[in-house]
Amino acid sequence: MPLDTALAGRVYPATEPYLVSREKIREFARAIGDSSEAAQAPPTFAVVVTMQAELRVVFDPELRFDTARLLHREQRFEHRRPIEPGDELTVTVTVAEVDHVGGTDVLALTSEVRTTEGELICTGISTLIARSDG
Amino acid sequence: MAEPRYEEVAVGTRLPRLTHVLRRGDLVIYAGASGDFNPIHWSERAAAQAGLPTVIAHGMLTLGVALRAVTEWAGREAVLECGARFAAAVPVPDTDEGVEIVADGIVAEKLGEGRVRVDLTVRCAGEKVLARPRAMVRLS
Repeated sequence: MPLDTALAGRVYPATEPYLVSREKIREFARAIGDSSEAAQAPPTFAVVVTMQAELRVVFDPELRFDTARLLHREQRFEHRRPIEPGDELTVTVTVAEVDHVGGTDVLALTSEVRTTEGELICTGISTLIARSDG
Repeated sequence: MAEPRYEEVAVGTRLPRLTHVLRRGDLVIYAGASGDFNPIHWSERAAAQAGLPTVIAHGMLTLGVALRAVTEWAGREAVLECGARFAAAVPVPDTDEGVEIVADGIVAEKLGEGRVRVDLTVRCAGEKVLARPRAMVRLS
């Protein structure tokens, strides 16, 4: 069964706070080959929190997304400031677009990353796809 | 290397080339660091079931590596926006050699207020693997 396009515009509840540590930033940086000892996170670090939030949406049974065929097609981040150790982050995901193009389900999500004080740190725009049966 | 200054860069200024070798173990390390445990990035069986020739790198790993061309030039905190479409899979065979990612950046536009747009070209085995990989960067 294809994706339910009526779900465009749905906003999912904010995720539980994620406390960013210096060691997690260092682990992530090393995993991309970045040996800088800068305290700020590399620009794609936000995916650590946005992907978990987005997977919660992807696995929402009401959406009928075929998760066995899941692929990440596109990602963009807009930063207000870098993520830093001590930030406590929550993510609010909005379903920006639901589409079905030539046998492929396309899901565009907007993820707002905020501190628990409400400061907007980063917005992630991602496109996830799944080849469906038709 | 001194950080680039807005007045000193021009459209066409090239960033130092970045090369980075990815091996199968690097995908496992990135899976743990990022929390993306999709098995097509570490299991030959899962990759085959998904119709892939072999295990492929996470798109965000390729993008994260490529953006080091920008962060090593201007600093992590300088990147205001970044992104790409994951146009082609990056197969990572289970070999000692692995695969090499090559990222070249060029200043494509000066946007005012110290901001520039950097366009990247990201290749693996000669093929472009990211579409429209770019970053908006604030220089001093």
